[in-house]
Amino acid sequence: MTKIETLQITTPTDREIVMTRVFDAPRRLVFEAFTKPELLKRWLLGPDGWSLVVCDIDLRVGGKYRYVWQHERKGSMGMGGVYREIVAPERIVSTELFDDAWYPGEAVGTVTFAERDGKTTMSQSMLYASREARDGVLKSGMESGVAVSYDRLDKVLATMR
Amino acid sequence: MELTGYGRATPARLDATFAALADPTRRAILARLASGEASVSELAEPFAMSQPAISKHLKVLERAGLISRGRDAQRRPRRLEAAPLAEASRWLEGYRRFWEARFRHLDVLLDELKAGPGRRGRPKRERSSR
Repeated sequence: MTKIETLQITTPTDREIVMTRVFDAPRRLVFEAFTKPELLKRWLLGPDGWSLVVCDIDLRVGGKYRYVWQHERKGSMGMGGVYREIVAPERIVSTELFDDAWYPGEAVGTVTFAERDGKTTMSQSMLYASREARDGVLKSGMESGVAVSYDRLDKVLATMR
Repeated sequence: MELTGYGRATPARLDATFAALADPTRRAILARLASGEASVSELAEPFAMSQPAISKHLKVLERAGLISRGRDAQRRPRRLEAAPLAEASRWLEGYRRFWEARFRHLDVLLDELKAGPGRRGRPKRERSSR
């Protein structure tokens, strides 16, 4: 059983979100897991109930990728982009745009993999077109968590009535 | 970590929020406001308390950002503010939880790949140049 590593998230500038996490595997495997559709479908899931049903990848500079997640009741959500830089197995730079983007502008993602003692440190930086776009993404990620919090607050408040 | 414009006041704000919530009267006031805005006298009604005493509690809640005043200048109704619950720290926390769930799936997948057939015993050599 792999020890669960901690995911670090920082916002070093107004337009960025940077995630860093260690994986207990050589980076050759981590790189594969980030670039092979049959592997991505295993882990790049949406929130509960969403699965990655389309995962097309043309892994070369200028090549496109496309992901579509689907939920049996809530419909589907797609996004895609173009690879700008590929240095296997250590670096991928690509653009990212959701079909129904709720924030303005395309984002640029840079993923790097550094291996040490058989473990891989993955760092993913997303650079958004504006601070509003970046905040919009953070806010959307927050929604599920906050929905739970509100739910809890409602219950607490209900018991006090 | 820097989160311009959102995160800066978080620790003090959270302290104020928790302090405000520590009192049963104030929690009851929030519970009442959860079902709609109310004037000070309406809020004072269910409690055996004077209006000034209620006003004191309202001030604490207001300072913590948990309630605000409505537009009606006569009634000056108070209403619940959800914003402090959605502080920047929560934004990051929700985002983190979302990705952490994905990465846990990836952990399992990587364990499988490490142990998978055709990989066992194969030297862990990088194919590409650095």
